[in-house]
Amino acid sequence: MTTYGTVAVIIYLLLSPVIACTLSGVDRVVTARMQGRRGPKLMQPWYDLVKLFSKETTSVNDIQKILVMAHCFFAIFSGAIFFAGGDVMLVLFALTMSEVFLILAAYSVNAAYSEIGAQRELLQMMAYEPMTLLTAVGFYLATGSFKVDKIISTDLPLIIKMPGFFIGFCFVLVVKLRKSPFDLSTSHHANQEIIKGLTGDLSGPVYGFSELAELYEEVLMLGIVGLFFMTKEPVSLLWAFIAIAVVMFCMSLIDNIFPRVKWEALLKAAWLVTFFAGGANLVILSLAERM
Amino acid sequence: MPVLAFLILFPFAAAFILFFLKKDSKGRSFLVIFCALAELAASVYFAIDNYLHHDMEMGTYYLSDTHTADMFIAAGEFCLMLLVFSQAIRFKKYYILLLSALGTIPALYLDLMGISETTASHLKVDHLTVIMVLVVGIVGSLICIYAVGYIRDYHNHHTEYRDRSGYFFSMLFVFLGAMMGLISSDNLSWMYFFWEITSVCSFLLIGYPQTQEAVTNSFRALWMNLLGGCGFMAAIIFCVCVMEITNISQLLLFAAIPAMAIFPVGMLSFAALTKSAQMPFSRWLLGAMVAPTPTSALLHSATMVKAGVYLLLRLSPMMYGTYVGIMVTAIGGFTFFAASLLAITVSDGKKVLAYSTISNLGLITAAAGCGMSEAVWAGIMLLIFHAVTKSMMFMSVGAYENSTGSRDVEDMHGMILRYPKLAFVMTIGIFGMSVVPMGMCVAKWAALRAFVDSGYIYLTLFLCFGSASTMFYWTKWLGKIFSVSRESARHEDTVHGSEWTAIYPLTVTAVILCLVYPLISTFAVTPYIQNAFSGSLNRLVTSVPADSSLGIASNAETAQAISTEDFIIMGVMLICMCILPLGMKYVNSVQERRVLSYMSGFNTGNDRGFYDSQGEIKEQYLSNWYMPDIFGEGKILKPCLMLASAFLIVMMTACTVGGLFI
Repeated sequence: MTTYGTVAVIIYLLLSPVIACTLSGVDRVVTARMQGRRGPKLMQPWYDLVKLFSKETTSVNDIQKILVMAHCFFAIFSGAIFFAGGDVMLVLFALTMSEVFLILAAYSVNAAYSEIGAQRELLQMMAYEPMTLLTAVGFYLATGSFKVDKIISTDLPLIIKMPGFFIGFCFVLVVKLRKSPFDLSTSHHANQEIIKGLTGDLSGPVYGFSELAELYEEVLMLGIVGLFFMTKEPVSLLWAFIAIAVVMFCMSLIDNIFPRVKWEALLKAAWLVTFFAGGANLVILSLAERM
Repeated sequence: MPVLAFLILFPFAAAFILFFLKKDSKGRSFLVIFCALAELAASVYFAIDNYLHHDMEMGTYYLSDTHTADMFIAAGEFCLMLLVFSQAIRFKKYYILLLSALGTIPALYLDLMGISETTASHLKVDHLTVIMVLVVGIVGSLICIYAVGYIRDYHNHHTEYRDRSGYFFSMLFVFLGAMMGLISSDNLSWMYFFWEITSVCSFLLIGYPQTQEAVTNSFRALWMNLLGGCGFMAAIIFCVCVMEITNISQLLLFAAIPAMAIFPVGMLSFAALTKSAQMPFSRWLLGAMVAPTPTSALLHSATMVKAGVYLLLRLSPMMYGTYVGIMVTAIGGFTFFAASLLAITVSDGKKVLAYSTISNLGLITAAAGCGMSEAVWAGIMLLIFHAVTKSMMFMSVGAYENSTGSRDVEDMHGMILRYPKLAFVMTIGIFGMSVVPMGMCVAKWAALRAFVDSGYIYLTLFLCFGSASTMFYWTKWLGKIFSVSRESARHEDTVHGSEWTAIYPLTVTAVILCLVYPLISTFAVTPYIQNAFSGSLNRLVTSVPADSSLGIASNAETAQAISTEDFIIMGVMLICMCILPLGMKYVNSVQERRVLSYMSGFNTGNDRGFYDSQGEIKEQYLSNWYMPDIFGEGKILKPCLMLASAFLIVMMTACTVGGLFI
């Protein structure tokens, strides 16, 4: 692990919740302004999170809590691999494992709404996983490596070689960040989920852990967005931040202007976008690399 | 040599004796367990002996002069044909006669006229053989041990079927013997003989319950495999008469000029595709579900289907960049994807396993078809892990069925409280199949890298989509097991000692294999690949895009696709997963308030129902999603089979025309 990697991991581990909460706060303020409201305080998501951990711990059964904690652990773990400059593929696999634990936690409570959430989460995974995997393949084809520290040492930003992958990835990012328009396993908008779905039976600190995991995951996802814009020049970090800001703004916009769409459409749309945007880019990149 | 002869012949001898022990007795159970353990011990001894005393790099060759043995084999082939004929006439399936005669008569002709006689060695032992001997010897023998307890329960539950358990055990052992023969044969005619034994044997095992369904399914398995056998025969005729060679190792010498051997390789691959139940031949493996579970476990994990992919992996160096390669990769990749979608839509546990087997075999097939060292590395790893994990899954589903009378995934709801031991095994099995620090997924990852490097874009796409749907069906099964119903009592499972004797060692093996992953790679898989691909080494160097520092094989010497650093990270993940159960104790040591799950209505107190607005109790029933209207068998199976058939016909025609006339 390089010095930069160590610093990045430490920053990631310590600051991710704050960064993600701030982003989420900005998102809420922006959304409110779009709707002509004042909106909450900027740090409201942070206060919400902290409050969760001050509540009494209750759980439905013996395994729920440990499963959620495992979920949180592996989510943080996968992000740590990423920021340490590790293998993107391994990051994605670790992230999948963390998702599996959350789904198992939802299954374990044996309740209808959690179960619906679990099924939807599974479907969501099925919808976005091809695209995330393809994105990793794209990075490999474009740079010859799956390792993040090698990927960021290119001459030109990868977005030039990988516009299709970027579009596809942003599409699934909408799902990953639990935004409109699709019906989701759980989200912050009541119109997109059924009685909180996946996390419906989590409460207090246990719920806090699942929220925490989500924050870390968000930072990781935005990190991948940034990867498209990074080069070996340090100044590219600035471009990456700008790109992330633009993407986040677009997410808020999409969240506000789209109507609600059913889960069947999610699967179809995500796979079609993956196939056409990701697939086409894959073909071109693969042919170009072979020349 | 004596050990190898023992490995092949001993199961046949055991089968012969068991055939006459019709009554279930302590003595017979003891004999079965003893024979299985002897076979297991022999295969382990064989592996160690080979490592210590033989030159595995070049392979050890045995039996060059085999006139007498050839005659025995000819007689054996004739008997097999007669057996098939008698069954075909008995059940009035006359097309079988044609298929069987087409495959066997040329074989007899070649043998009896001495055309295929050769001074080349008939048996060959190298790294891949040893790997396969260990897989068949360990997994196969454990399945036989498992069968002892299982078949007793099976006949207690199914009194409508005639108890022919002596015959059943006999067939299981014949299978083991045939498999051992198949993997150690270098001579194509010998291999063909063992190949046909497994076809006929699987036919007899599938037909064991003797119901209408079983008969239909067994004949389906038979005709598909005999058709593959005909392809095998065509390859042998071409090799013997045109190329004047008799052995696989001789055929592999053509790897530098694969165009010369396109016809035999194409035909052998075709045979392998039927045996490994690739689309469009996938239906026989699903039909095999009617048989008792040990049969399914044996067919699916250690033997039969593995014979097909074994042959493909052997032929892999011949397939790089040829039509055959395109055919095999496309069929394999497509099967991987389509079968994983179909697995989502079924709830019968054994059927899910069957589709998952077909799917995983598709991946191995695709890896073999790439014809690149890294892909074959992944293929062999997949083969090993799949054998261990899948047999374990089958056994636990079978044990669950004998305990509860159902093998439906829906009925496994809350298994973690009711049958904790079986649930534990199944959880390890499912994790082993689907998530990353465990074996299967790591091999899949390596396969993905190889596919990207090989430039087969469609394989990359198939793999990305297919692994997403694979995740779906495994996780929902796991979820069912983990659903904790309040107040559910632990049930007494009726799993026999012999069944645990097989299940536990396999479970332990599955976990240990993950830990010693790099060792298997260094000492068994990589050396084999170095040799197999040495003839085509130059070709590989130019085909791989760059950057050898990534752990990607830029030459055959570093055929390891995953870097040491990644292995360390995965080791950490594995350890984290192992300490989870301990962590649970710690987390729960603080006494906290238990709440009821949220039902929208007032929970009745045991998480199983709620009071509705009228104050009446509404029971809840939770079911997984199967999405039959999107991927259902009725909806996509037929188009998939037709697509695969059309493609296969076109490619086989191309191979035949190209191989014979150009």
